[in-house]
Parts: sequence; C-alpha cells; structure tokens
Amino acid sequence: MQVVQADIVVVGGGGAGLRAAIAAAERDPKLRVALVSKVVPMRSHTVAAEGGAAGVTRDEDSLEEHFNDTVSGGDWLCEQDVVEYFVAHCTEELIRLEHWGCPWSRKDDGRVNTRFFGGMTVQRTWFAADRSGFHILHTLFQTSLKYPSIQRYDEFFCADLIVEDGRVRGVLAIEIATGEMFLFECAAVVLCTGGAGRVYRQNTNAGTVAGDGMGLAFRAGAPLRDMEFMQWHPTCLPGTGILMTEACRGEGAILVNKDGYRYLQDYGLGPLDPWPRAKAMELGPRDRLSQAFWQENLKGRTVETPQGPAVYLDLRHLGAKKIHERLPLITEAARTFAGVDAVREPIPVCPAVHYTMGGILTNARCETPLRGLYAAGECASVGIHGANRLGSNSLVEIVVFGRVAGESAADFALSRISAVRDGRKSAEASASHFLSLLNNEKGERLATLRDEMRDSMEEGVGIYRSEEGIGKTCAKLAELRDRYRHGVKLDDRSRAFNTEWLTAIELGLMLEVAEALAHGALGRRESRGAHMRLDFEARDDASFLKHTLAYHRGEGAPRIEHRAVTITKSAPRTRHYGGEGKKAVLS
Amino acid sequence: MKKTIQIECLRYHPETDAAPRYQTYEVPFTDDMSLLQGLQYIKDRLDGSLTFRWSCRMAICGSCGSMVNGVPKLSCETFLRDLHPGKVRVEPLAHFPIVRDLAIDQTDFLKKLESIKPYLIPKTAPGKDTFLQTPEQMEDYYQYSQCINCLLCYAACPQYGLNGNFTGPAALALLHRYNADSRDAGKAQRMEIVNAEDGVWSCTLVSYCSEVCPKGVDPARAVNQNKIESTKDYFLRFLMPKGKVE
Repeated sequence: MQVVQADIVVVGGGGAGLRAAIAAAERDPKLRVALVSKVVPMRSHTVAAEGGAAGVTRDEDSLEEHFNDTVSGGDWLCEQDVVEYFVAHCTEELIRLEHWGCPWSRKDDGRVNTRFFGGMTVQRTWFAADRSGFHILHTLFQTSLKYPSIQRYDEFFCADLIVEDGRVRGVLAIEIATGEMFLFECAAVVLCTGGAGRVYRQNTNAGTVAGDGMGLAFRAGAPLRDMEFMQWHPTCLPGTGILMTEACRGEGAILVNKDGYRYLQDYGLGPLDPWPRAKAMELGPRDRLSQAFWQENLKGRTVETPQGPAVYLDLRHLGAKKIHERLPLITEAARTFAGVDAVREPIPVCPAVHYTMGGILTNARCETPLRGLYAAGECASVGIHGANRLGSNSLVEIVVFGRVAGESAADFALSRISAVRDGRKSAEASASHFLSLLNNEKGERLATLRDEMRDSMEEGVGIYRSEEGIGKTCAKLAELRDRYRHGVKLDDRSRAFNTEWLTAIELGLMLEVAEALAHGALGRRESRGAHMRLDFEARDDASFLKHTLAYHRGEGAPRIEHRAVTITKSAPRTRHYGGEGKKAVLS
Repeated sequence: MKKTIQIECLRYHPETDAAPRYQTYEVPFTDDMSLLQGLQYIKDRLDGSLTFRWSCRMAICGSCGSMVNGVPKLSCETFLRDLHPGKVRVEPLAHFPIVRDLAIDQTDFLKKLESIKPYLIPKTAPGKDTFLQTPEQMEDYYQYSQCINCLLCYAACPQYGLNGNFTGPAALALLHRYNADSRDAGKAQRMEIVNAEDGVWSCTLVSYCSEVCPKGVDPARAVNQNKIESTKDYFLRFLMPKGKVE
C-alpha cells in the first residue's frame, strides 16, 4: 500500500470540490491539498447542469426575497440561519467566478444578464447560455491549475474513510489505472462527491452520481439527513432521462398535455393569465410540476411514447433566434437524443430523478458530526434545500459552501496539534476486504442486483408513496443487501482499470444509501415538498416540522430519528403558487 | 423482435496482453440506442471485463470518445441504428497510449492544458463588481470556450500522431480562448508556447480537428489566428525590438 501525506483531502473534483480545494489553498499555501477524484475533474457531473445559478443583483430584488423563495420552496424544512448566510454570499461567489473567467451571458451594456427560474419571484438566475454548469466547472478546474499546493489524484476511487478514536484520519483509495491501494493520511477530509440519483432507474444523472460519498460518511458514523426528499425534474426525455433545462420555461416555454391543454392550471398553479408571471404555471416549483404530471397521467391525458408517458414542452413561440442563442445545448440534445427539432416541434418530456435534497448532515461551517470530516455540495445536507430545492440554488451552493468547507477544513488542519496518526492498520484491513470481492467464486451478476434496486426504488419511493409500497421497497433493499453480502461474481478478476470491481464496491454503498432514503420515507407520515404520501396527504407541522436523521447500523436497517428545524424569521405558512400576479417582461 | 448488431472492440490488458486483440459481441438493439448503451449492454450482460469510460450520456462531459470505424466520435451520441447492418469496430482514441481496452492515457493532454495557463490573467486586480464585457466582445472567444476536452481532435490530428510534443488543437484553442478574452492580459506569457517549435508552427492545417469536434469549436481557426499573432510577435520582438505592441 502506498501512503500519501496531505493536510487536507478533498474527495470529488466537481464544482464544490474544486472550490473547496481553491479555498484551502488560498487560506494557506503551505497546506498540502490532495484533490482525489474518481474522474478527471472536468468530467464531473457539475458539467451537465444547464440553467444557471441564483444571486440577487437586480434593483427590484432583495436578499429577503431570495430567502423567502428558498424557505417556502423548501416547504419550511430549511435551516433558516443557513439560508440567511447562503443568500447573503451567493452574488459575491458568482462575481468571483466571473473574475476567474466564467462567460456569463451578458446584456448589451456588458453587465451580467439574469433569467427567470421556477419558484423565484425575480429574475435572479445568472446563466451561461444553457451550459452554466459546464462553464462553471471548466472555469473552476482551469483556475485550480494556478495553485501549486493543490495536488491532483485523478481517477482514484475512494473506497473507505479511515476513522480512529472518533476522528477521520485518512482515506483509502484505489488508483483506477493500476488497481493499487493508496492510503491518504490527513488532518481533514472534505467530501464533495455529489448526489445519489443513480439509485433510481430513470434519472438525469451521470454514471458517477452513485451516492458513494454519502455511503462512505454514513458507514463511518455520520448521519444522513432528509434523504427521503428526492427531486424529480419535470422536463426530461423519456427513457434516458436526459435533462431539458428549466431555463426553457424561464425563457417562456409552456407545458401541454395530449390535447394541447396547459394542464398546470388544474393543479393550483393557474390561472393562465397574465403570462408569463413569476411563480405561476410553468414557473412553479419542481415538486408541484412533477406531481401534476403524475396526476395528469392518472387521468389518461399524457402522450404515449415508446419510452413511456410524456407531455409536451413547447418552445416554438420563442422563435429560432432566441432558442439558438439561449438554449443551444438542449436544442442539440433534443435533436440528437429525441430526434426533435425544438424550433419546429414540441419536445416530449416526463419527470426523472434529478437531485438529492438530503445528504450528509453538516452545520453551517460544513462540519459533519464526525471530527475532521467536512462535506459540501449535493452530497451534503447543509440545510438550504429543505423538502424541495429551487432550481439554480444548487449551482451557487457548490461555490458558497465549497468555499466554506475548504476554509473550515483548512482552519482545522492548521489548528491541529497532534501528529497524524498511523492509519495503516485499519487501511490494510479495509483494503483486504475490498480485494476479497475479486475472489468470489459464486454469486450474482452486478447488473441483476443493481436493476432490482432501481426498479424497487421507482416503485416504492417514487413521486407518490404509500406505507405499503415503501415497506416493500425496504424489504427488497434488505434482501438485496443480503444477496450482495453473499456474493457478487465478477467477470473481471484483474486489478488494472477494473471498473467492474469498482462498480461492485459502489453498489455496496448505494444499497445502504437507498435504504436510508426508503426508511426516511417510511418514517415521514405526512406530505411535504417532494415527499408525497397517498396515505398522509397533508403537511403535518405538529409532528413533522422536523428533519429526518438516518444512522448506519451495520448489516441492519438504519436507525431513524427526527430533529427540530431551525426557524429564525419565517413561520410555516401554506405554500402559495399561481394566483394573481404581475405580467413579467422577459428580456 | 430486436435487431442485433456486431460490435467489435479492441481489447488490451496491460497485465496479460503483449499486444492488442479484437473481440466481437452480438448486441440486440433498438433504434434509440447509442453505441455507449451498446457497450453498457456488453458490460452488464455479456462481459464485465470490457473497459471504457463514460459519464454524462449527453455529450458534455467528454469521457466517452473512441474510434468508431476509424473515426473519432463520442459513443454517447453515436447511434447503433446508423451503423447497422454493418459490423462496428470500436477502438481507443488514436495517438494516445492505451491503459486498457478503450481507455486511453489522458496525462499528456492534461500536462499541455496546464502549460498554456488556461485561466484569466487580468490587467488589474478585479474590483467588487464584475468586469464589463459586451456580447460582441464575448463573441471573440466564446466558441473556443465550448471545448469539452474530449480529445477527439487529438485523435484526428496527423501532426500529433507524428510528433507527440505538438501542443495540439484543443490546448491551442483554449490558449486562444484566453488570449482573445477582453478581460485577459496574459497574452505575452502565452506567446512563448505559441511561438515554440511545438506550438502553432507544427500545425499543417489539415483541419480534420475542426471537422470531428462535437461542439463546433474550430481549433484550426484558432491555430491559424495564432500563426498571425506569432508572426507579429516575432516581428516586434526581433525586428523592431523597441516597437510597441499595438
């Protein structure tokens, strides 16, 4: 086993990880920052984010409004003190990205332009055409190359956290090209490993978004919070789940059913006029739109496609010029992956799993309860999304809290008095466990277990849920974990670039994260945000104005606890969308 | 009844193979299936040892480039229906060392990317607000900022095939992206790379790089513009040493 000494190990090279690494490097250039990622950073899933990032900048906007939109959008399950910090730091981080070269779309006078997004009162979404995540990621990656103290370990798969005496001491990682085991010994670890959307079948996520980082923290003893809140993005291509950004609707696109009827007016998002207006109809929040699709399908008013039911996302009235200028990526994707010319035809779309609102519990400083362990970005639950994330809050979350996590970890590493403990012994034990997977003589195919997991998640913990369905999924996941322990048989027994082996390790983590999600859903006997229970249709603040915490319990099901939500200035009210409002002018 | 297609993959394992070999798989497919989905079918159902990179599935992460019947392509946006009924041959991107099967070693490109200083070097320290940049000023560099680093252009570049030291299309396009950005003042630092023997002058303007780019970037144009810049730079530095640039 090779041993690498570092002060801080950042796991994950997406937007949050790169921002954390830069923040740590800027805090003190003497700190040795190891950036460990299972893909080369610019391949990370931040790259696929399309719409944009929220930051208050218009005269008619205010931090108060961004706060209120976020907290009501999250159905009052947000940590309000954290949201206050968040909205106050969004714009400065977006400006910093601009200073680093990010090509935000501009107005004619050379200032940054902003667009509408669902659930937002004012146009506050900064965008780089519809390739916002791509430009943010490449800007951060290329900027990170300026800092000599950031040492990259590209294509290293993190398999385990090394914890001793209740403190994180390092990371066990596998160099993918060779299959060799590496122990990174360090004072602090920052997890920026993204979400867990791949536990479902139909999702917008890249192959890397497996929840493995959440699983590492969960196994090591850190709780996962609010995992039952999974976001379905309402407009994705049926089958592949490829994303058609919300920015389409921000620019004025509409949603119609098989009769050409704008059905959202039947689901508390109308009336139609005046159109467009903020927080109404197609500019409603994602949870409401995905739920409306489900209802519409039940009424038999969706369109049948070979890949399942769909509705139409219609951009045609925007005109070719605006479509090509503002939405080039989705125009290209619709053509390539659905064979549809968005200028001439409506695009068939349906909801698909998109974003994991829950994650590793952290406080506002991105510290987890496990000493020395920090988390930021989609893998973390810092508390800003509550029960439903508003689009364009997460692209700015990764820079606001990526920076916080990097600085917190740097401060912790700088203040550390005791020398780095030798973690080799526990790392060796862990490594031999993972190596033993290569030797299974009998067992099932990886894809069999994976597919059964995904189908069961779609079935039992989909857009609408019930006690019976969730219960079945919980039982299925317990069974799958048991079958996994009894053996997955790999075709590939070698070490070099053995992605089958790494996927097997990943699947072990995914099953445990999926279990945290399902058991969280079982325990929440109410409907709130993205978590809809057919058997408990109303929000129940008396019993469930609370976070869910899931604790790992070895081979058994997780222990579920509920914990109070921090309310500072916004008492829970009924969430209100649609209704009267001013007609908005789209620039 | 599903149609099937034969996918012939280059196989190479560094621990056991002295030289690459080919293996053919029979894959059932539907008309909406990409080559990537074909490879995933093989991995899941037929042979878990087949090795390839992929991630986003939507032509933006740049992971899944390979040679498809000899042409560099992203496997996620190449469709099996378009290759049927012939047999499709899939190989790792040309001109790179193979790590295993379809996975190439990207280290050389990453070093080159680092070498061109791919970040904004502003004239003055930025203030509290954003820099001003009009849409017209953005036009000067915007297309070059669309590079997803998929390396198809390196696999297409005959010069890179002959001389691995050539900085190459994507890195030179990105160099130009920063030089052409109105917010940047780092051009002088980057001209050293442009002027070097392995910089723009290694390019013989075959332009196949621009043809294969899945994002419409035109690296050949960036290289050509930098030949002009390089000539100007040479002229000013050596023939008019006291001359001022612009």
